[in-house]
Amino acid sequence: MIEVRFHGRGGQGAVTSAELMALAAIEEGKYAQAFPSFGPERRGAPVQAFLRISDEPIRLREKIYEPDVVLVLDPSLLATGGVKDGLKPDGTLVANSSKDVAAVRGECGFNGRTALVNASKVAEEELGVPITNTTMLGSLLKAAGLIDINSIKGPLEHRFGKIAEKNWKALNRAYDETVIEE
Amino acid sequence: MADEGMTPWKDLALGCAMTEPGSSRRFNTGDWRSRRRPVTDREKCIKCGLCWIICPDMAYSPDPEDEGFYNWDSFYCKGCGICLEECPKDAISWQEEREEDKYGPACGS
Amino acid sequence: MGRRVGLEVSLACAEAVGLCNVDVIAAYPITPQTHIVEHLSELVADGHLDAEFVPVESEHSAMSACVGSSAAGARTFTSTSSQGLALMHEILFIASALRLPIVMAVANRSLSGPISIWNDHSDIMAERDIGWIQTFAENGQEVVDLTLHAFKVAEDSRVCLPMAVNLDGFNLTHVIEPMELPDQEQVDAYLPPFKPSQRLDTAAPISMGMVGVPEVYTEAKKACLEALENSYPVIVEHWKGLAEQFGREYKPIETYRTDDAELLFVTMGSMGETVMSAVDQMRDDGQKVGVVRIRLWRPFPVDDFMNAIAGAKVLAVIDRALSPGVPAGPVATELRGMLYTKDDRPYVADFVCGLSGRDVTRSQFTEMAAQAKEAASSGKEMFCQMVGVKE
Repeated sequence: MIEVRFHGRGGQGAVTSAELMALAAIEEGKYAQAFPSFGPERRGAPVQAFLRISDEPIRLREKIYEPDVVLVLDPSLLATGGVKDGLKPDGTLVANSSKDVAAVRGECGFNGRTALVNASKVAEEELGVPITNTTMLGSLLKAAGLIDINSIKGPLEHRFGKIAEKNWKALNRAYDETVIEE
Repeated sequence: MADEGMTPWKDLALGCAMTEPGSSRRFNTGDWRSRRRPVTDREKCIKCGLCWIICPDMAYSPDPEDEGFYNWDSFYCKGCGICLEECPKDAISWQEEREEDKYGPACGS
Repeated sequence: MGRRVGLEVSLACAEAVGLCNVDVIAAYPITPQTHIVEHLSELVADGHLDAEFVPVESEHSAMSACVGSSAAGARTFTSTSSQGLALMHEILFIASALRLPIVMAVANRSLSGPISIWNDHSDIMAERDIGWIQTFAENGQEVVDLTLHAFKVAEDSRVCLPMAVNLDGFNLTHVIEPMELPDQEQVDAYLPPFKPSQRLDTAAPISMGMVGVPEVYTEAKKACLEALENSYPVIVEHWKGLAEQFGREYKPIETYRTDDAELLFVTMGSMGETVMSAVDQMRDDGQKVGVVRIRLWRPFPVDDFMNAIAGAKVLAVIDRALSPGVPAGPVATELRGMLYTKDDRPYVADFVCGLSGRDVTRSQFTEMAAQAKEAASSGKEMFCQMVGVKE
């Protein structure tokens, strides 16, 4: 079982990205759980979402304390968002940042495997809005695998309808542009 | 004597529903009346129907034989006197009534 | 055939209600139930479900409207949580006294105060005596199946009682997970249209909701008590039918690795899944532990429970609500009462945990097992422990 924690700000779609991953995994016949940090939220406030994917039924209703992967949608959360809390030393940090790996590691304090992409730029260029959730999924898939990249297409189309195509393009671009350093 | 249930529990209708419609007809509210009954003087009565409308126990009903006037029912009348109070012509008055005559012939005309 | 979908559990609950072809939904939104009733209102508005959705002004009105609707012979559903459940309190007793087969999904949430929107069982524990049949779901699939089962049982002419399906707020309602949603044919085969044993009908007038004078109230209550007790075989029968139709089995008391267990956890609701995983870890460690999960809460299946715990020396009861002044949790208190007359009684340790959505982890359950075992062997009384209180 793989556990992923998503960090974003309310309104950026962190919860949606966890959901899309779960739906894709379920379509592949896997078991998955996706849930937000429960509670009232507001735009702009830091939020977390959680994802479990497994080939076996998941019998856990705990929160995720030691994620295998942490995904950061908003670069401003790297320094302040508790991004590295519980992240396994042999886990992976996947972040939206325009900086280099050394700088990001300095900001969040995690020195393990790091995958970076300037998702804000990709999203701005491909989608016209700085909403990075679907873009970052490309990065997540490159860095952590978890599901076949094509499995995400169905959930994307179902969720985004006419604009699914653009999101798929942004996702793939992020996949290509993601830089991973061990 | 100790308190007792009135019906075996298995005999109660589902949810203790009342399945006989209009069962309140059987309730002898006239039993509460004591020592007097209202009597209408049809000479004074102007057939306004207020006694019929106002009576809380529906003790008045249209007289089928004399249209416009109302018959009084001793089974339901509890002697509250509202009809007396409300009659615009003071056509209704009290008449002494002995307990044994309570369900005797209705007095009207 | 059913199809495997990834769906938020609340939405799956609404889909299940839709598949049951309800006639009337009267509900008021309250976190964390909102997605259930919102989705139902969408199904009705979009024409997918031919039902009357009554957006009432409060939960008290919701249950009142449900009473009227069910009395008129309509298949009726509502859902609520916490303060909403508390607000409909007085009508809940009436629903069962009038023998109305209303189905309600309770998205369990803590009762205020302090104000809480997070999950525990205090809302439903405050409603133990309402005379409803009550079940608990552990995961999304169970929410779907128990909802179908609820209509079937409640409306059965041998039962005619309202039924509450409990699902943990947030911890279940707001989680996306895989479930198999049955198709309409399967549900229709399992659940026929509602044929009320009696209903308000101008062509054959009856009255419901009478005054019960002292000479009749006791007998009226006796009739309801018997109905609740006698619903047990029907509940089991319709779970068997569900297994035949959908291939998934449900029992009043579920067991996990109990066979040679010396210590048994007793759980209700989704926390049972985490406990099963904790038990796996403890078993790997050589400990003889297991879990008994209560699925049918009212009428409490005493015999099934006693069979499930047979042989265990220690019960670690997981309570998700308080009963101040007792001072143990409600589940442990009831179980101790049932065990009182039994010759072979295990040591009962009570742990109140997970109040208002506070997470309880596998390592905490491992600690609880250790504490319970230690207390049992030392003969120390461990009446009730509130887990994780910061001193």
